[in-house]
Amino acid sequence: MTATASPRLPRPVPGPARDYHFPTFERLLLGNKVAVLVAPMPRLPIATVLAVVDAGAGWDRPGREGLAQLVAKLLLEGAGSRDGAELADAFERLGATVESSADWDAAVLSMTVTSTHIAPAFALFADVLRHPAFPEREIERLKAERLAELLQLRAEPRGLADEAFATALYDTSSRYAVAEGGAKETVEMISVGDVAGLYGLRYGPLTTTLIVAGDVTTSSVMKLAKKHLGDWAGNAERGRPSTDKPARTTPATHLVAKEGAPQSELRIGHIGVPRTHPEYFEIVVMNAIFGGLFNSRINMNLREAHAYTYSAFSGFDWRRGAGPFIISTAVRTDVTTDSIRQVLREVDRMRTECVSAEELSLATSYLDGVFPIRYETTAAVAGALANQTVYGLPDNYFDTYRAHIRSVSADSVLATAERHLDPSRMQVVVVGDASELRGQLQELRFGPLVAYDLPSEA
Amino acid sequence: MQFRAMRIPIETVRLTNGLLVTLSPDRAAPIVAVNVWYHVGSANERVGRTGFAHLFEHMLFQGSADVAANEHFELVQRAGGTLNGSTWLDRTNYFETVPSNQLELALWLEANRMGYLLPAMTQEKLDTQRDVVKNERRWSVDNQPYGTWWERLPALTFPDGHPFHHSLMGSMEDLTAASLDDVREFFAAHYRPDNAVLSIAGDFDRDEAVTMVERHFGAISSGPARPTLPNMSVPETFGLWKREVVEDSAMVPRLFLAFRSPPFGTEGYYASSVAAAILGSRKGSRLYRRLVRERQVASEAQAFTFDLSKGSDLLVVDVTARPGIPADVLEHEVAVEIDVVHRDGVEGAEVERAVAVIEADIVRSMQSAGDRADRLSMFATYFQTPELVNEQLARYRAVSTTAVNAFLRGRLGENNRASLLYVPRSSTPSEYAEAAISEGAL
Repeated sequence: MTATASPRLPRPVPGPARDYHFPTFERLLLGNKVAVLVAPMPRLPIATVLAVVDAGAGWDRPGREGLAQLVAKLLLEGAGSRDGAELADAFERLGATVESSADWDAAVLSMTVTSTHIAPAFALFADVLRHPAFPEREIERLKAERLAELLQLRAEPRGLADEAFATALYDTSSRYAVAEGGAKETVEMISVGDVAGLYGLRYGPLTTTLIVAGDVTTSSVMKLAKKHLGDWAGNAERGRPSTDKPARTTPATHLVAKEGAPQSELRIGHIGVPRTHPEYFEIVVMNAIFGGLFNSRINMNLREAHAYTYSAFSGFDWRRGAGPFIISTAVRTDVTTDSIRQVLREVDRMRTECVSAEELSLATSYLDGVFPIRYETTAAVAGALANQTVYGLPDNYFDTYRAHIRSVSADSVLATAERHLDPSRMQVVVVGDASELRGQLQELRFGPLVAYDLPSEA
Repeated sequence: MQFRAMRIPIETVRLTNGLLVTLSPDRAAPIVAVNVWYHVGSANERVGRTGFAHLFEHMLFQGSADVAANEHFELVQRAGGTLNGSTWLDRTNYFETVPSNQLELALWLEANRMGYLLPAMTQEKLDTQRDVVKNERRWSVDNQPYGTWWERLPALTFPDGHPFHHSLMGSMEDLTAASLDDVREFFAAHYRPDNAVLSIAGDFDRDEAVTMVERHFGAISSGPARPTLPNMSVPETFGLWKREVVEDSAMVPRLFLAFRSPPFGTEGYYASSVAAAILGSRKGSRLYRRLVRERQVASEAQAFTFDLSKGSDLLVVDVTARPGIPADVLEHEVAVEIDVVHRDGVEGAEVERAVAVIEADIVRSMQSAGDRADRLSMFATYFQTPELVNEQLARYRAVSTTAVNAFLRGRLGENNRASLLYVPRSSTPSEYAEAAISEGAL
């Protein structure tokens, strides 16, 4: 270092933050009751278009789990006069990125396109939504691809852990016990009639919200919407299926064998609460401190203090029904039990001691400050509006979000942790080298030890 | 107005210590991105120290003279920002996106670790991060089906001793051997202003930002001449069809088929990038249409370029078999499709589709301040010309069908292929027992 300067300057103090407002949006209705939300963002010549349909995996009937997601994916596999290959080609030649999928609560057809091509792209988009052909060959192909995905999961420890965790948490009568895409035996059962049936029951103007964010005006969107969706008829109505019954009410440890695995994948948690829970903001802040941020308690403990892992985090999976609360990490095999003990200790500490002022302000100032950064893109703004639609959040939700976050106190974090982190019904899932782990986990004595096997191909 | 025409404002400033600074203001939202590229990656590691560049990246979050361990994360997140770093074969980057009133904090943090990292380094921190990185290796490489592909493919396609040949993540032995002396040497050799680019994109005042940059970075010295990389050049083709078969704990075969291709940013690169998109970008691509949709021998098919700017780039085709399709059938089916484009070329309509897809990706990436700053740093690091960011659309639009077909004819033949074929280990389980086999109260 040269002696010419005393270069190290004190830590800068920020000036006042500039104001930020979530993009203004308008809510309209077509004559046939298709809801339309438009958020003009004219900075770049690009727009994101979503059709959010109340046709999520929550609507799958028992024995046909995976149907809603299959139907959503099939929208793009042939519609109107075009087969799937022709559709892909037509969208892509317009520079349009298009995807369709169903999560628990909605089927979403999404498209991002340069605004110069939005008119022809929108015509294709509407065709896909209204006139899917559901060709048998494509139904069979996508079913086979889901089965391939399930087969590949058998060798994939993260996927295995997620799957075992869902089974450990939810009763077999709950839709949440099986992944959105369905299980082998349920996907195999799906017929052409099931596909057309679910589409007919759940897709229509009353269950669909059209969301457009980007380089558009309300009038240009309404013109397109009226032209291509205005005469869509149907009487499918919105509703809320039941989905979230627990499998067990006492703790258990579940061991899924993956012989020779160099690491244990861990999932620890229990059923959480629905997205519309009144303590949403308190829970979000509490989770940020516990396992949401890099400097959260569990990451600092398992990664930086013990070096047991590359990463440890936690989250509430927000759904219409009560989704899971999951603590997720992957640790060295020989420290698996100690890692679980550390996590349980942190859960206990969270429930019994008030968080420090520094921890609280780190979480709230992060969530408050990062808000504008979350909405840089048209896809992010459209996605936020989709969330607002699916969970029925108020129209001023985005304008009041930051104040809600800032108002969370240390006392309310403690009260929320006591209510929503519950060791008495916690499930521990371990995917790893069973021969090394069995003894360790027996010593842990966290409820009964349930072992699952992966038999070899013989 | 510039933005709507897909051109961003770009200004460069070079400090006397050699730091190249690129500035791209956009006052639309109160957000600013700070992005630093160091022109150093795993290619700069010495023998016996594979994985060190990446381990070093972890150490940059362990504090510096005025910042405590992990405080970098805390300060940026407390400011309402997002951050991370990443290591690649020939560069390492560090980046933050923060509310615009926190710009100076981000600059101060980057300057503090660029200038005054070593006072904070301790053996204990190194030991912890070494273990964290070993866990990262287990998680992303060793315990993942096909997880070794991104170290096996460079090893197969670059000759022994070439800077791109060895593993970026490194071997467990080499990670164990890394010492504090290595940290000091690596820092002195590579983490210096004249080997870095600093980009700022988003909501800032030009003059204020330049003043801040000079204040925080101006006094950091660059030291003696930095070590240079060995010659990176390799022949344009492999000269043969290289093959490696790997048994892995995976359920279905997967093929990576690589071709040497013109380095990133060269004239020939754009034709190869378009060729990759024709072959395997999105569902309208050739390989998806033929192998997934029509032949139904694959469940996934994609193609991409590595975007290496030195020696040679790689165009990689990545195809996963449908269950029941044996590895040799998969390899044959892919080869048939490659032979067809090598021999007959492609149609103008396919080039148009590919360019439209690439163009849309570029436009989408321009939305985020962090992405803009990263692309500015990339073009400034590799070509000292950040203005190339604004030339990309034109470069892609200028690619002709003739140029694509010349590339396919020249580079996709049997004399320029390297296949890395993953086959399921014979003992890999095929079914998962859903039922508990033992349950006992303990």
